[in-house]
Amino acid sequence: MRQGPKGGWLILLSLLLAFMLSAIPLPEMLQWGRPEWVAMALIYWVMALPERVGVKTAWICGLLLDLLQSSPLGANAIGLTVVAYLTTLLHQRLRNFPLIQQSFVVLMLIGILQMVRHWLQQWQGGAAESLIFMLPSLISALLWPWWFVVHRDLRRIFVS
Amino acid sequence: MRSIFRSSSSKWWFWVLVCLSLSLLVADRYWSGMSQVRSWLTVFTAPLQWVVDVPNQVWSAADRTLANREQLQQDNDRLRTQVLFLERQVQKMASTTAENIRLRELLNASQRLDERVLLADLIGVNPDPFQHQIVLNKGSNDNVYVGQAVLDAGGIMGQVVEVGPYTSRVLLITDAAHAIPVQVNRNGLRAIAFGEGVPGVLSLEHVPDTADIAKGDLLISSGLGGRFPYGYPVGEVTEVIHDPGEPFALVKVKPSAQLDRSRHVLLLFPSPQPLVDPAAVPAEGADAQAGSVPAPASNAAANAGTSTPQKPAATAAPAPSPDARKQDNKPKPAAGNAHTSAATPAAKKVATP
Repeated sequence: MRQGPKGGWLILLSLLLAFMLSAIPLPEMLQWGRPEWVAMALIYWVMALPERVGVKTAWICGLLLDLLQSSPLGANAIGLTVVAYLTTLLHQRLRNFPLIQQSFVVLMLIGILQMVRHWLQQWQGGAAESLIFMLPSLISALLWPWWFVVHRDLRRIFVS
Repeated sequence: MRSIFRSSSSKWWFWVLVCLSLSLLVADRYWSGMSQVRSWLTVFTAPLQWVVDVPNQVWSAADRTLANREQLQQDNDRLRTQVLFLERQVQKMASTTAENIRLRELLNASQRLDERVLLADLIGVNPDPFQHQIVLNKGSNDNVYVGQAVLDAGGIMGQVVEVGPYTSRVLLITDAAHAIPVQVNRNGLRAIAFGEGVPGVLSLEHVPDTADIAKGDLLISSGLGGRFPYGYPVGEVTEVIHDPGEPFALVKVKPSAQLDRSRHVLLLFPSPQPLVDPAAVPAEGADAQAGSVPAPASNAAANAGTSTPQKPAATAAPAPSPDARKQDNKPKPAAGNAHTSAATPAAKKVATP
């Protein structure tokens, strides 16, 4: 990650928080609905500061996530790289969208991440019986407006 | 101008990184050396797992500090009673073990070996609901190795599948990719218990409809396959369904380990020491291991059997000396195989009459 002149710690902190939230053990019922915190954090930072957070950061985060979940090395990395790249392409439009519309884009992006990851998982020999594995994308999209507002306010205070 | 340059560079990086991830994926699938790379890389995620575990530790520390006197006394009383009960059982076990050894001598069977244990704490759970895995705070620095059996107070939890320097990852017996050879404690009927990817459920495959297995039967590890040592509880049969349309009986098992609750677990080290005599010479132990030939093994058993029966070695000693651990780390595969090949026919002999 290229360290910007100011507020790099906020980006790191946000990503670290996202990693912690995605590693915290949850009860059985909630486990299927765990939001994709790391992807959400990446989408926000790529959208807000595309010159500082991009595909490289996403790839490293993806590798860490792979190690954390012991999924095939590269599955999350490729998914998050795709998400980050799509976000860099979309970032100018995304900034102007109302929050609801942003949520829909987030739903789509995280849905892509999960499809990619599931394909790779299937290739390695595990397949889901239902579409419940897509639930996190829906929940991430529902949480997006709050996530966005908190991040935007923090960024306005500390980064620029 | 700058933005045009950036977007083209991010496009370039995108393709590079996608290719890199794809090659990593292929390597992970087809090259066994990747597991080593992965275990080195866990050094980066270990701190994260520690940090995630901090609230938990703070909570339990606070719970301990703020506990009131009455509660502590109650706990103390309860534990004292429990210790008394357990000690009584151990007393009986010493004589039972000695008796067992004498009987085995009569059968000309080789002697069973006891294992040593290392206490470890659970510091993480795999967030992916498709995988039933836990992370422990002991790694290769504590001589943990891949394939090692993991227990809790109730029974077998799983086996180590990935070892980093400071942490290790355990595949639980309920994972869809896991199977464990078991036998019914009542009559020695052997089967294989498969995980189903559903928490708290195992199923026995290929059990004939006529097999003598019933609800409430205790399943113990059979030691076949050489991964798990013989005789630890695995689960209890909760349901046996005889469906005429199915070729085999449908047997559901509830694991006896508390897979989703245990915080303290035990890592088993197969030890070259015999069950009763803790002062046995290592050379003898090696003989016993090498021997599917009965003669030297029964010799070792006879030597050990003549000494006074004592409490079984080291079941309660969590930290044996590190060099001793290293020593028995190396001959592990041989020990495991010999152990099972020696142990199973004898078990059958005992079971049949």
